[in-house]
Amino acid sequence: MRPFTYQRATDPDVAVEALSAAAAANKPLTQASAQPLAGGTTLIDLMKLDVMRPAVIVDINPLAHGWSAIEPRSENLRLGALAKMSDVAAHDEILRDYPVIAHSLKLAASAQLRNMATLGGNVMQRTRCSYFRDVSYGNCNKRNPGSGCAAMDGVNRMHAVLGTSDQCIATYPGDFAQALIALDATVEVTGKSGTRSMPFAELHKAPGNAPEIETTLQPGELISAFLISGRWPRSVYLKARDRQSYEFALSSAAVALDVQDGTIRDARVALGGVATVPWRAREAEAQLKGQKFDDGLAQRAADAAFADARGRQHNSFKIALGKRVMARALQQAATMEI
Amino acid sequence: MSDTPSSRPPGFDRRAFMAGAAGSALVPLAARAAEDARAPVPQDPALPVDVTLRVNGQDKRLSLDARTTVLDALREHLKLTGSKKGCDHGQCGACTVLIGDRRVVSCLTLALAAEGQEITTIEGLATNDRLHPMQQAFIDNDAFQCGYCTPGQIMSAIACVKEGHTGTDADIREYMSGNICRCAAYPNIVAAVKQAAPEMTKG
Repeated sequence: MRPFTYQRATDPDVAVEALSAAAAANKPLTQASAQPLAGGTTLIDLMKLDVMRPAVIVDINPLAHGWSAIEPRSENLRLGALAKMSDVAAHDEILRDYPVIAHSLKLAASAQLRNMATLGGNVMQRTRCSYFRDVSYGNCNKRNPGSGCAAMDGVNRMHAVLGTSDQCIATYPGDFAQALIALDATVEVTGKSGTRSMPFAELHKAPGNAPEIETTLQPGELISAFLISGRWPRSVYLKARDRQSYEFALSSAAVALDVQDGTIRDARVALGGVATVPWRAREAEAQLKGQKFDDGLAQRAADAAFADARGRQHNSFKIALGKRVMARALQQAATMEI
Repeated sequence: MSDTPSSRPPGFDRRAFMAGAAGSALVPLAARAAEDARAPVPQDPALPVDVTLRVNGQDKRLSLDARTTVLDALREHLKLTGSKKGCDHGQCGACTVLIGDRRVVSCLTLALAAEGQEITTIEGLATNDRLHPMQQAFIDNDAFQCGYCTPGQIMSAIACVKEGHTGTDADIREYMSGNICRCAAYPNIVAAVKQAAPEMTKG
């Protein structure tokens, strides 16, 4: 690991100032010379791999006293960005009213990592693409813009089939983000001019022609909270992976349904493990709304979600798998006792 | 089985020998630490930083490179080599310790960020000559073969019990999945956790 200076930020302004001062106009924020440290489970790992090379670490954990509350309120749910994944996953009201959130967090990583990792850091975690993580490969458009993509014709079994570009097919690895995007969450961001809010769906950027730019965050900005309107007791997170526990998704689905008198009034579907960014499957939702649930409907919705999917040499199985995972998640949500 | 085989020369200590062999690399760091003992927050990342870690109930003053993880601080600076370095990337769980009452992987925790928090390692579990119930349960159930993952398994298992995730075998397996055992002693680890859980909760 390269040497760095460690700084502890005791209030948000200090952190924002330190981070924004270190940002360079010609570099993505992930390559800025100062990086925020929350749980550290991505950052320290990637620094050991020499993928991330900050000269300054700004430890934002002291901000937790103001930024880690879990607040289920009548009008919405507010989750502080520095809340630990384990605390949110085990919270009684989250389990009851937002099972898709609790389960997406519980099924992620290990008990140790969930104790360390924060919600904000979790949605900012970086791809597990093995060519991105291994700096001995020169050609990675995320690490070295314009250098090419070793995954394109390499071992790409774990890579994305949705939202890809000819520059990058790296999968967005997280689980919680799928729950957030499905529930139309809002993300609150704290920066130089105070706080601003935007739809969570606008946080991540698909690779397109600039895979090195992963989010719409501006220099110095930190995620401070997530907000979710309404309650979604009829919701599930289903995750298929190579082993039963402690593994990234090959395919996952976050589903939330509002069913009244047997008719689906509202449907929210997001997909993980198969896309370059947290992926909202609006085509599937359109198939579901106003219909009565049956297995044929689930199949049609899944077909619609993957209509534009593009597999490569080793990952085409994710299209069939992803449809089945999504159909099963719909079935579980439609039939669950609430 | 004795842990001092007769083939070992009298007075030989493997850890002391290895530390001595590697000791020369530590000298420049220690010398620089003395020179800069009064520097408050060094801006030069090459300079060590003074930090006090609370480990197993004792305050330990250290002068560390900012890059030092809790795991390396324990093993290389405090000679507490019970916590093991397996992958060093948060994937295997061999380095699991408790910070406060939470299990974490010490290999991804910066020592500087752990200042002011209570760190508990495998060395801090036994009281006088009595093993912690989880340590005893691992012995009673033959819950290891090579033993490399065992300190991490035991620290994780203690937290697993305190979190209340021992209701079923499936629960134990799910909440212990962050600790990999390449000898595959998993069935016996589950048995050990089940044995220790009621003993721990009855206090």
